Amino acid sequence: MEIAIKEILTEKALNIRKKIIKMLAKAGSGHPGGSLSMVEILVTLYFGEILKYREEDPLWEERDRLILSKGHGVPALYAIWSEIGWIPEHMLWTLRKLNSPLQGHPDRRKLPLLEISSGSLGQGLSVGIGMALAGKMDKRDYRVYVIMGDGEMDEGQVWEGAMFANFHKLNNLTVIVDYNKFQLDGPIREILDFSPLDEKWRSFGWEVFEVDGHSFEELKEVLGRVKDNNFEKPQCIIAHTTKGKGISFMENNNSFHGKAPTKEQAIEALKELGEESPEI
Amino acid sequence: MREFKIGKPTRAAYGETLAEIGEKNKDIVVLDADLSKSTHTYIFAQKFPERFFNFGIAEANMVGAAAGLARCGKIPFCSSFACFMVNKAYEQIRISVAGSGLNVKFVASHGGISVGEDGFTQQSVEDIALMCTFPDFTVVAPADEVYTRWLIKEIAEREGPFYVRTQRPKAPIIYENKNRFEWGKYIKLETGEDVAIFSYGLTVSECLKAHNLLKEKGIKASVYDAPFIKPIDKETILDIAKKIGKIVIVEEHLKDGGLGSRITSFLSEHYPIPVKIIAIENTYAESGKPEELFDKYGLSYRKIYESVINFIKTNTL
Repeated sequence: MEIAIKEILTEKALNIRKKIIKMLAKAGSGHPGGSLSMVEILVTLYFGEILKYREEDPLWEERDRLILSKGHGVPALYAIWSEIGWIPEHMLWTLRKLNSPLQGHPDRRKLPLLEISSGSLGQGLSVGIGMALAGKMDKRDYRVYVIMGDGEMDEGQVWEGAMFANFHKLNNLTVIVDYNKFQLDGPIREILDFSPLDEKWRSFGWEVFEVDGHSFEELKEVLGRVKDNNFEKPQCIIAHTTKGKGISFMENNNSFHGKAPTKEQAIEALKELGEESPEI
Repeated sequence: MREFKIGKPTRAAYGETLAEIGEKNKDIVVLDADLSKSTHTYIFAQKFPERFFNFGIAEANMVGAAAGLARCGKIPFCSSFACFMVNKAYEQIRISVAGSGLNVKFVASHGGISVGEDGFTQQSVEDIALMCTFPDFTVVAPADEVYTRWLIKEIAEREGPFYVRTQRPKAPIIYENKNRFEWGKYIKLETGEDVAIFSYGLTVSECLKAHNLLKEKGIKASVYDAPFIKPIDKETILDIAKKIGKIVIVEEHLKDGGLGSRITSFLSEHYPIPVKIIAIENTYAESGKPEELFDKYGLSYRKIYESVINFIKTNTL
């Protein structure tokens, strides 16, 4: 990867993390762990020349579709969109507040830029299947990306979708699993261990890739292959990530699954991210 | 007793109409969950295989995909048995369709206990209540094939989410083809000033028979087909409440959350009058012939007649 591109992506990821911390601290609630774990995934998609979109026309018909099935991670997506300019920065600080378009979980009725509302886990893949079917019928060449959490793998609907997408050869559909190894109640291996995850998706007929979900090199390489290659099957990218990535006291600390940082914690986190005199 | 010409099941009229309108409207796509022979979407499937998707026995995935198709400008018609599509995919309808503001048409078959011999697992007695909980949904239950054909053409043209309840048995013909239907309005089938009876679906013809029995007893009953359960036809209800003052609602559904509870909650706010709801109460039904089940659960014309007589006695000064 060119050093210049890597620097750009690294800086974007840093900005996104700062925004996530500020948004959640100002909101006083939310899900830092699962927002922080997928920052590199989203940054690579949006700023690593993977997703097809038009800055000036976010609902362009030929756009690639991105569905955030793990809706609780939406602060990361809002932050990305503010970097593109689709939502003004000051709106970020209204997250979770009354009358804000930035709902705690994605609500398309309040924010029409969203492809779909989500937050009840397990539903995004099926929606992506509908979009992929429509793309095939209309002979459009957009791709559909569905970002799922690892805890979501518990949901039966996911495997209904996995079966269907393979049978219908929906090769324009890509699932990215943010495999941060935790779900709300604790480590996945203690709650409902579904390993080996790669073999599960493979046995359902999907192309499966495993990457370090915080490595821009690996993400860009695999997403580039998916984008350029014409696979016959749908693809599942298992991205190994760290919950709470980037903030020392949040990493692998599941108490930050659904709890916002306090003001003091947020200031400490922002200092770690390089802000000299952060304010909340 | 009053005789009706027996028509096609409303589910068959749905399937035929879908195949007809699919010809002109290329945005229509049809989704089913391994029941296309029962819901009659198979006719569309044979005619337009490229626009038909069978999801297998996976209702949640079907509903999610319908949302995705709608988000891309398609007009998805989603079908299964009422209890499977509504109950199994209730939460998918909530988040992916209703909570996402999408244009999906749900048309279920096998509404009510007239499913018959298959027993309670296949008989939906709560679909109407559940589907009425979704914001912006319109919920309609046609009585015969004529109304069904009109209704399906209408909802294909109208933007927004719909739930239509069709049924398994052949349906008595209520309407001649020359009927002109008005969107959202109830239809007066008999006129009488002593009591007004509202119903939808297969029980409409039972109410018409009950009307004749009542007439023999000197009781003049108005009978209305009330296919719109959400929104209710407030204008007609208020007008009838004021003119007649006694209303009976007959429905092949649980008493909880059906047409009766919607009408009574409206009237209690605007014009409280005595209301009798004849419906299934705090139970599921069972195997049996549809007419036997109607009789056992109070929905046959004889039972309706008896209930109406009692209601009038209790509420006459």
